[in-house]
Amino acid sequence: MKAIELDAVTVTLGGRAVVRDVGAVVERGEWVALIGPNGAGKTTLLRAIAGLVAHEGHVTLLGRAESELDRRERARLLAVVPQAPETPPWLTVAEYVLMGRTPHLGLLAREGDGDRDAAARALARLELDPLADRMLGTLSGGERQRVVVARALAQEAAIVLLDEPTAALDIGHQQQALELLDDLRGPDGLTLVAAMHDLTLAAQYADRVLMLSDGGIVADGPPVEVLTEAMLAEHFGAAVRVVTVDERLAVLPTRG
Amino acid sequence: MEAAAASARALRIRGVTPGWAFAALSFLAVAFAVGVVAGPVDIGVGDVLRSLGEKLGIPGVTSPLDPTQESILWEIRVPRVMLAALVGGMLAVAGATYQGVFHNPLADPYLLGVAAGAGLGATLAIAYLPNALAGRQVLPFAAFAGAAVAVVLAYGIGRAAGRERDAATLVLAGVTVASFFTALQTFVQQQNTETLQEVTSWILGSLPNTGWSDVTALAPYVLVSCGIIVAMRRVVDVLSLGDLEAASLGVDVRRTRLVLVAAATIGTAAAVAVCGLIAFVGIIVPHAIRLVVGTSYRGLLPLSFVVGAGFLILADVVARTALAPAEVPIGVITALFGAPFFAFVLRTRGGRA
Repeated sequence: MKAIELDAVTVTLGGRAVVRDVGAVVERGEWVALIGPNGAGKTTLLRAIAGLVAHEGHVTLLGRAESELDRRERARLLAVVPQAPETPPWLTVAEYVLMGRTPHLGLLAREGDGDRDAAARALARLELDPLADRMLGTLSGGERQRVVVARALAQEAAIVLLDEPTAALDIGHQQQALELLDDLRGPDGLTLVAAMHDLTLAAQYADRVLMLSDGGIVADGPPVEVLTEAMLAEHFGAAVRVVTVDERLAVLPTRG
Repeated sequence: MEAAAASARALRIRGVTPGWAFAALSFLAVAFAVGVVAGPVDIGVGDVLRSLGEKLGIPGVTSPLDPTQESILWEIRVPRVMLAALVGGMLAVAGATYQGVFHNPLADPYLLGVAAGAGLGATLAIAYLPNALAGRQVLPFAAFAGAAVAVVLAYGIGRAAGRERDAATLVLAGVTVASFFTALQTFVQQQNTETLQEVTSWILGSLPNTGWSDVTALAPYVLVSCGIIVAMRRVVDVLSLGDLEAASLGVDVRRTRLVLVAAATIGTAAAVAVCGLIAFVGIIVPHAIRLVVGTSYRGLLPLSFVVGAGFLILADVVARTALAPAEVPIGVITALFGAPFFAFVLRTRGGRA
C-alpha cells in the first residue's frame, strides 16, 4: 500500500494556480524531500496533502481517498509539523505534547491512560522527559523543535509532513533534528515528507527528492538525479557545484 | 514499555489543581459573606449562619433575626449577591473564551462591542414592545440579537482591517462597533425619555434590587452557557494553536469557534439584559488568574467563573457602600479598577496572545 498518492492536485489561491497538476507517489517508510525556490508552492502542496486548503484532483492516504475521510480520521493518519508552529508560552511541554491526542478524542472527552501513555512514549522517544513540566516559553529553539515533533509522534499517525523542520536551527541542531527524524522512521515505519531549503541536507537525508518549480513538479527521483548543477541553475537561478563528500552529495554555492 | 507507563503516571496536566480550586472557592466564600453582611442594617455572619440553619431545619438552631431582618437578608441581600455572582462569573468566562477563540488577550465582552450590542437590543425591546411584562420575557433574546450582530461586525471588521495576529485591530473594531451601537442606543433613549428613564443608570451597569426574579431568570442562561464552555475547555487550548494547526489536529475550527462564541455571547447578552454594561470583568479576572496561576485555558475557564463571581460580589459591595445611602453604578467601579489594569495588560503582554 502506498502512503500517499497524488493525482492531478491543483490549488488555486487568489485566482492563481499555486500548485499545478501535481502527481506523485510516496511509499510507506520513505523519506521524501520537497525542494524548490521560494514561492514554488511547497507549503501549499503540503497543506493540500493535509487537507488544509481546498484543492482539485485526488489525494489518497494509505489507500483511502481523502475526500472520504473526516477531519479526525485524516488527523489519525497524518500529522503536520508546521514551519512556524504556535507554541503558547503558558503551556507545559507535557500539555502541548498531549494535544497530539486531539484527533483520538471526542469534542468533550478527557484524555485517558492510553493517551497519556502515547504522549509519554513520544516524550521519552525524543528524550524530553526531563522537560515535561517546563513552560514552552522557556525552551530554546532546538528544544522547541523537538517538542513539536513529539506532539506529531503522540498523534500516532503513519505519515508526518514537515514544513522546513530545521529552518530556525543552527547547523548542529539541524543535523541532530534530521538524525532524529531518520531514527524515528525505522521501527515505526513512519513516512516523512519534508519541505527543505537546505539542498545538501535534503540530499544527505532523503531517499527521494521532488523538485517543485512554479507550482509544478519538474523532477522526481533520487538525490543524484534531481540535484544536478543544470537543474539548480535552471529552477533556482543558482550557481552551484554539486560534489560528493564521503559518498554523499553536497551542494556548494559558487561565485564567478 | 514499563518506563513509558511509569512516566505516563507522572505526566502532569495542570487543570484546576486542588490547591487553586480551594483558594478560588475560599475567595468566593469570603466575598459571599462580605456581600451578605455589608449594608445599612446590621446583620452578622453568625446571625446569617443561624438563620440559614433554621431554614435548613437543623434541630436546635433558631434564627436571632427579627422578621424585617430576615426579609432584608433573604429577599434583598442574598438574591443580590447571587445575581452579582452569576453576572461576574459569566462575564469572566465570556472574556476568557473570547480571548481563547480569537487568539487575542485583549478580548472582552465590553471591548468587543458585545455588551453595547446587547444594550441596544434590550433598549429597542423596552422602547418599542408594548407591555412591560412581555418586554421582560423577550429582553434576553433582544439583547442576544444585538450582541450577536456586534460580535460578527467586530470580528468581520477586525479581520478585514488587520493582520490576523494583531490583537489591537480586533479591539479597535470592537470599540468602533461599541461607539456606534451606544450612539444608536442613546438616540432611541432620547426619543423615548418617559419609558426609558431607568435606562440611564442601567446602561452604566447596576444590579437591580429585584429579589429572586432576576436570579431565576438569568441562572439558566449562565449555567448552560458556562457549562458548554467549561465542557469544551480542552479544545479551547487546541484552538490557541491557531486555525491551521487546530485543523491539522482534526478540530472543526469554524464550528467549534461558532459554538464557543455563541455560548459566550448568549450568556453575556442575558447578563447585560439584567444589569447593563459592566466593563472589564472579562479582562481583569482571566488576566489576574493568569498572573497568579499561569495556567492553560483548561484551568483558566473554571477558575474564571469562581473568581469572577467573587470579584463582582465585592465590586457590588463597594458600589453599595462607597457613597451610602446613594449607590454608585457597579459599571463605574469595575471601570475604575479595570481601565488601569487593561493598560497594564497592554503594556506587559504587548498585545500578543
